[in-house]
Order: sequence, then C-alpha cells, then structure tokens
Amino acid sequence: MLVTIILAVLIIASLVLLLFVNENQGQEARSIAILATMITLVLSVVIFLQMNQPGNLAAAQSNAGTGRSYFVDELNIPWIPSLGIGYHVGVDGVTAPMILLTGIATFCGVLISWRITDRTREFMAFFLLLAAGVYGVFVSLDMFLLFFWYEFAIFPMYLLIATWGWVERREYAAMKLTLYILIGSVFALVGLLVLYFSMGAFFSDLAHPERLATLRQVLNNPTATAFSFDFSHFEIASRWAQLANGQPGPFDVASIGGVSIARFWFPFIFIGFGVLAGLFPFHNWSPDGHVAAPTAVSMIHAGVLMKLGAYAALRVGVQLLPEGAKVHLPWIILLALINVVYGAFIAFRQRDFKYVIGFSSVSHMGLVSMGFASMNLVGMTGAGLQMFSHGAMTALFFACVGMVYDQAHTRDIPSLGGFGKKLPFVATAFVFAGLVSMGMPGLSGFIAEFPILSGVFQGPIVNPATLQLTYTPTFNYYPYIAILSALGIIVTAAYVLRVAQQVFGGEFNEARFPGVKGVTLTDKFAIVLLAGSLLFVALFPNVMSSMIKSGMAPVVTALQQNAPVGR
Amino acid sequence: MNIVVNQNSTVGFLAILPEILLAILAVAVVMLDVFTPASRRRLIGWVASIGMFAIALVTLFIPLPEPGSQLVLGGMLRHDVLAQFFVVVTLVGAALACLISMDSPGIGKLGEFYAILIVATIGACLISAAADLVMVFIALETLTISLYILAGFLRDNSRSAEAGMKYFLFGSFTSAIMLYGFSLLYGFTQNTNIYAIGQVLRTLPFVAADGTINVNITLPILLAMLMITVGFGFKISAVPFHFWTPDVYEGAPTPVTAYISVASKAASFALLTRFFIIVFQGSEPTRVMVQLVAVLAVATMTVGNLLALPQRNIKRLIAYSSIAQAGYALVGVAAAISTSETGAGVAAVGFYMAMYVVTNLAAFGVIILFANATGSETIADFAGLSRRNIGLALVLTIALLSLAGIPPAAGFVGKFFLFKAAVDANLTWLAIIGFLNSIIALYYYLVVIKVMFVDRSEDEKKAIPISFPYALALGITTICVILLGTLPQTVFEWATRAAQGL
Repeated sequence: MLVTIILAVLIIASLVLLLFVNENQGQEARSIAILATMITLVLSVVIFLQMNQPGNLAAAQSNAGTGRSYFVDELNIPWIPSLGIGYHVGVDGVTAPMILLTGIATFCGVLISWRITDRTREFMAFFLLLAAGVYGVFVSLDMFLLFFWYEFAIFPMYLLIATWGWVERREYAAMKLTLYILIGSVFALVGLLVLYFSMGAFFSDLAHPERLATLRQVLNNPTATAFSFDFSHFEIASRWAQLANGQPGPFDVASIGGVSIARFWFPFIFIGFGVLAGLFPFHNWSPDGHVAAPTAVSMIHAGVLMKLGAYAALRVGVQLLPEGAKVHLPWIILLALINVVYGAFIAFRQRDFKYVIGFSSVSHMGLVSMGFASMNLVGMTGAGLQMFSHGAMTALFFACVGMVYDQAHTRDIPSLGGFGKKLPFVATAFVFAGLVSMGMPGLSGFIAEFPILSGVFQGPIVNPATLQLTYTPTFNYYPYIAILSALGIIVTAAYVLRVAQQVFGGEFNEARFPGVKGVTLTDKFAIVLLAGSLLFVALFPNVMSSMIKSGMAPVVTALQQNAPVGR
Repeated sequence: MNIVVNQNSTVGFLAILPEILLAILAVAVVMLDVFTPASRRRLIGWVASIGMFAIALVTLFIPLPEPGSQLVLGGMLRHDVLAQFFVVVTLVGAALACLISMDSPGIGKLGEFYAILIVATIGACLISAAADLVMVFIALETLTISLYILAGFLRDNSRSAEAGMKYFLFGSFTSAIMLYGFSLLYGFTQNTNIYAIGQVLRTLPFVAADGTINVNITLPILLAMLMITVGFGFKISAVPFHFWTPDVYEGAPTPVTAYISVASKAASFALLTRFFIIVFQGSEPTRVMVQLVAVLAVATMTVGNLLALPQRNIKRLIAYSSIAQAGYALVGVAAAISTSETGAGVAAVGFYMAMYVVTNLAAFGVIILFANATGSETIADFAGLSRRNIGLALVLTIALLSLAGIPPAAGFVGKFFLFKAAVDANLTWLAIIGFLNSIIALYYYLVVIKVMFVDRSEDEKKAIPISFPYALALGITTICVILLGTLPQTVFEWATRAAQGL
C-alpha cells in the first residue's frame, strides 16, 4: 500500500501544481513540491525499514532456494484482466535500496532546484511526474506496468532537459536521450511479448492440463490464467525445469534459427534495457544528457534513472531468462569492461567539469553490468550496492558541479581554480564524493566495488560442461577482466584528483569571478543528506549488503540451478 | 450459399434506428437554420452536437438480435456488436466535430453545414454495418460525396475549393476501380452478400487436384482483391493512395479536416476489417492478403512518418501523422486476417480507432482555437503557447503523446494491443517495424511540444480565449484520452466482444 501512496502523492501533487497553482506563485509551487517529496522520502524510509525487518530478510533468504523473489508491501489489483494485466506492485531486497535512493535523490533535487525562477510551477510538476515514473518502474511486479512507467518517465525527462537545460545543447541532448532509450525499450518490449505468448501457449496447452494446474498450485491461486504479464507467472515459467523435473519450459521452445526463446531474446531484452544503463556501445546519449540537464535533473538522471535500466535488465533479463543469461553474459561482460575502462579514460580527457562526471557515470555503471555478469552472489550483491552507492555519489557530484557553475558561469576546468577557498563546503563534499568514487577503502564505493571485482574474479559458478555450447571459451577469462577493470579504477582516481585540484585548489581569480557567494542553506541540507546516505552505507555496510543479498539470492539460484534443456 | 437473413421487421427497424434518427436530425437542423435569428445561431451547432450524442446513447441501448440471425433487411446490413461499436465511435466523433465547428468562420453558423455533416455520418454508420456489396457502395458514396462538399465548403477560398476538387477526383477514380473489383467478385461468386461471397470463395478450387494453381480462378480473384484494396486504401489514406491527404487536410476547413480524419477513417476501418476477414479469410488467397496488408501497413507507417518529419504546417503534419496512424491500425488488420482467431487483432483495431478519434479531435480542437486567435497554422507560431495558455498547451501535448504512444495517454495501450496482436499472429517483424516507426513519429511530435514549451515568442503576453463549446470538447476528449490510457478495460472488452461476434 505504501508504494501506491507514494505514486499517488507524486501524481496528485503534480496535477495540483499544473491545474490549481497560478503561474506567478513560485513559492507555493516549491512548497507543494517539497512537501510531496518529503512525504515520499519518509515513506521510502519506512519501506526500507520494513524490508530490513529480520523476519522479512529471513523469509527472503529461505525463499531464495526456490529461485523466487520475496516481496513485501505487495498489492495486486486486476487492471485489464482479459489480458492478464494487473496493477501488481511490491518491494524486494534489490528494490528497497533503490526506493530509498529515489526518495533521497528527488527530495534533494527539489532542494537544489530552489533557485529555479523560470516557470517554477511547470518545472516542479514535471519533476514530480518524473519521480513517479522512476518509483513506478522499481515497484512494478507486472511487466506491462513496468513498461508503462518506464515510458511514462521518458516524457517529463525530455521536457525538463529541453526547457530548463543548458541552452547550447539541451534540445539536441534531450531528443537524443529520448530516442536512444525508446529504441532500446522497443526491442525489450517485443522480446517480452514473445515471452508472454510462448508462456500463454505453454500453460493453456490443452494436451497438458497439468501445466496450468501446477502453475495455480505454485501460485496458490486457483483462478490464475495462462496468459499473464504478472512477474510471478514469468518467474515460474522460467523455473519450469525445476518444478517439473527437468521438463522443458516455455522459454526452452525453439525460436528463430532453432535457438531457444530464452537464448534468442535475452540479448534484446538485456541490451534493450542496458541502453538506459549506459551499456557500451549505446552509452553515447548519457554524457550529453547529463551535461545538458539542469542540476536536479542530472542528479535524478545519473543517480536514479540509469539504475532503472540496470534494474530492468536484471529483473526482466537475467532473472526471467537465466538460460539466456548464462550464454550471453560472458560476452556482455566485455562490453561492461569497455564501459569501465574507456569511460574512465574519456572522463580523464574532458575539459568540461560536467562531462567528467557524465563519463564517470558511464564508467561506474559498467561496474554494475559487470557485477550482473559475474553471475555469482558476491558479484551481484556488489552490483546492487554499487547501484545505491553510485546513485547517491553521482547525485552529490552533480549537485557540487551545479553549485560551482551557478557561481562561476563556466564549467571549463582549466579556467576554474581556487573555489575551495570560496566554497569550502562544496569542496569538502566534492572531495568526499571523489573518494567514494575512486573506491577508497572504508567508504561505500569500496564496499560496492570490491565484491564486484572479487565476484568477477571468481567467475560464474556454472559448470561449463552442462551448457553444451560449441562456443564456450576454453579458458576462464573472468579473472583477467577483473584485473583489467582495476585499470579503470586507477584512472578514476587520477581524474577525480585532477579535477578536485584544478577546480578547488590553486589561486582564486577574483577579477574573473566577482561576487562569488557561499552556498545557501537548502543546498547545504541537500549535500548533507546525500553525503549522509553514503556514510550510512560506509558505517553500516551489513544493513544494505544483507538486504541486497536476500534480493539477489533467488536470481543466483536460478542461474545456478537451471538445467540446460533444449537448445 | 446458405446465409440466414432475419426477416423480423422490428429487428430491421431497430438496426437502422440510429440512421433514421440522424436523418430526422438533419432535417431538423435545416429547419432550425431558417428560423434562428442571427444572434443565436450557435444553437444550430448545439442541436446537431447534442442530438448526435443522444443518438450515440440510444445506439448503446438498442437490443441486438441473437448471433446467427444478425443479417437484417434482406442481408443488406449486419446488426452486430462491431457495427454498434463503430456507430457509437463515429457518432461521438461527429458530435465532437460539431462542437469544435461552432466558432469556425464561414461554416460554424450555417445549418446546411451541419446537415451535410449529419448526412455524411449516416453514410459512416451504414458502412460500419454494411454486409452487401450494394450497401457497401451506397454507404461509401453517401459518406464520400458529402465529404467532397464539406471539403470544398468555403468555395470562395481557393485552397478549400482545390481541396474539394482534388478529393472528388481522387475519390471518384478509386471508387470506380473498387466498383470494378466488386463486379469481378460478383461474377465469380454470383452473390452480392459478403458473407455468402466468403462462403463461396472458401469452396472455389484455387489449387487444382494435381497441386497446380488454377490460374483462371486465382488471377481474377486476386485482381478483385487488389482493386478493392485500392478503394479502401483511398478511404483510410494508405500509401500509395494517400496523395490527396495532405492537400485536402490543409485546404479543407479545419473542423472538416478533423471530421475526415476521424469519423470517416474509423468507419472505413470498420468496413475494411469486416470485409477482408469475412470475404478473404480461410480461403486460399488469405496468405496473399496478409502479405498485401502487411506490405501496405509497412509502407503506410514508414512513408507517413518520414514525410511528416519536414512539415512546417501543423495541419499537414497531422495529415501525414494520420497516414502513419492508419498504418499502425493496418498492422492489427494483418494480424487479424493471418490467424483463425481474429479476436485480438480486430479488438485492437477497434480500440485503436476509438482512441484515435478522441485523440485527433483534441489535437484539432487546439489547432482550430489557435488558428482562430492568431490566424496561423505554422508550427513555429506555436512558440510560447505554454505561456499563453497552459491548458491548451497541455491538451495538445497529451494528444500528441497519445498519437506517439507514450503513457499515460491512450495511444500507448492502443499501440500495445495492436503490436501484441501482431506478435501473437507470428508477425513479430511487423511489430518491430511498427514500434520503430512510432519512435520516428515521436521525433516530430516532440518537436511540436518543444516549440510550445521551450521556444519564446513576442506574443507571449497575448492570451488565447477559449469559448464554452471548445472547452467542453477539449475537456471531454482529454478525459477520454487519459481514461482510455489508464482504464482501458471496459472499451477493450467491448471491442473484443465486437471482434468475437464478427
């Protein structure tokens, strides 16, 4: 129920802003927005604590053996019953941290946007709609609903960047971002439809009435229908081999070219969503989008929106098609490696302050994909942690960049300098975020990146012999990938230190930047909140890590247990 | 041939009750024109609009005969759920078109304008139910001839006159080709009832016993199929029969454009779906028919979208976009023909047309208001609209997002149903092309939205007034678009029942 309240609060608040607030009432618009995001932040914390209950964690852990996820705060209402579409929402160990992150990032986003005076009402309304879309994707347990929110988030994103973004690039960047993300989602959506129909045909097969009976029994729902977009239906279909003693499931049916549905459609779904996670070579929209967006939108964008892509790729791709994941992730990890190393090098080369952070997101999101591709519990838990850690960290980065830019009106790194003296608060926050970013031991970046790299080093706990593939690599190259990606982390340290030294260190040019003032209270509050959430992970790593582990465990079980059947 | 015709005259009367009421309404509107003083002439529009809303309501409550005995009036019409669905959609579209005509200069205060529009609607309603080649042709001509007049209604305006003439030349030419196709069908089956024709076609020996194709039968039937497709393709402005569309849309009075683009198109889709499925499905040429419709769909979507990209005039943009929209709906038709379970495809087409009617009328409502206030139809002049009137900007935004298929507007669900049906019918490639096309389309819709919200203009301070009928029409359409997009269940189930009762 809580997640539904969050969605309702955000949508109602944005409608109120658009319909009932006068265009000159900027202060009222800000108040409504801050009130709405404050409510959602509180509810997000409550949801996080609810998932953190020992009972729920234990239940999730014990459920993991069956390869099915355990959800709290579930709500399932029929929506288009004739097609098996329902309003089904819920939160598990992977999404609870994401909910918390979204709550923090949107609240801080409104705080950072306090100084926006051009059409405040519309800005806040679209910002809240964007937040609703983001929340919606994370909580959707119906695949149609997930797509609904996924595409819902795109349009406010476009308008926010195109209207309030950086004048020189905003229209180009907003359009590029929208088209990239939607083209990716098209392939994922078609793949999902193929899954839906093969699953429906499988369960409604009149020659095998026991299939539907088993489905209903496992779901504990005597009226479950064969055709459904519900996540639990897909989950059971993907785990059919375990449930029915090695019988091929609906996704093991031969598809185009004699390849099974799971193996054929996995890359389309994973990479289709991966576009939004900045997966190489489809990352190109992301730095442009980040740079062109207004500060609050960059924060949401790099902080939360990119996680939507990674999350959807995990949930729809890896979790529902483990057979496909095992075949394709071993080469997709190479793309992730390019992300990590290439992104870091490009970031090093940038002169524009904001582009540095934009490319650093590409690099860090590569670590998330890499964690997924490790296909073991350590690496995947690390990926989940990295999603949270990078989200809060990059939001903090963009907030700092925005504050410097607002004062200096340039983002050209060589011409900046000495801002540490004028904006000590911002400088401290930036250096802190930088330390997180380069994986300083004891901080949240390290807590996330270390398990990813050690998970990749271990490699997937899948017996290659059972895969029966002609193209299984003859040697385990995963350790080399872990070693190579460490290179990206070294370069990260280099560019973070360079930027910190050139922007905040050195002599301040009073003539070039007259009238630089300190940051406002709202800005400070936002910075403290973001830094505080990073510190929380650093000080109590076990809280988040055990929760994410409970959410990732079913995925790993699915990856390890699924017997190869069919092609 | 063994088709059962319902001889009950009460059922026959009820089947054409909407058309009878419309005829009375047309006469009433003309009478009213004579007796209404110049100061109160908006009354005519109100009567036409409310009258058609009321008739739509009546249609909802007309009892349908049992399945199996739905052919009425000597087999001329089939009184089924599909007909009922499209009659209601057409009537609602026509009533909304009347609402947005009221302040349009040169047409809004004239009784004969509304009367002709109502006569066109009679044709559109009959098309949705037509089950006989004769009826199909008469109904199509009733609709089309009325539309020729409406398109050229502003006869002193050279563009309007040109639009009417162009529409007429194109229309009569394609009508003739279609009629030739009908006569071929009749010649080979000795029937004019399309249900009977379908039965005969399924028994014709297209493939001889030794496996060779019987050219003497196959060739003429394929030819008839092509010719009929030409006629229907013109009505829904499918590529390559679309050349009239941009010029007529641009030249005709904007409320007429709105009417042509929705009511006429929805009714034509009802006919096309019924005709293709009943006549050609299950017989040997089905495969060819699927290929033909699929190719038509791809061409229509792609050409419509690509030609929309460079447009500067909003009416031309909507014209090309409406070509593309017809292409999406054709995907559903192809899906419906290619499987024996036609339900999903036809239901998707029905839902899509319902959502398309309200969406396009919302867009045209804003365009008319804007043109009345500023005298401009150029996209660049929409700059700053969000500052001049945020309500208008939001309505147009929602309408364009719906056409582009972005939630929570109705287009998202509509496209989802269509392409889902295509995947179900093993036309996955067609679904992918459809989705990719909707992204091309998103580009030019977003450009318009960008102009409204981002670009500045010197006229920003000049507010745009909205009069009551327009506020009503925009309110109804916007609420319908959002409701169809978020709670599509009721309408979709209705469309599904329509599809199953075909």
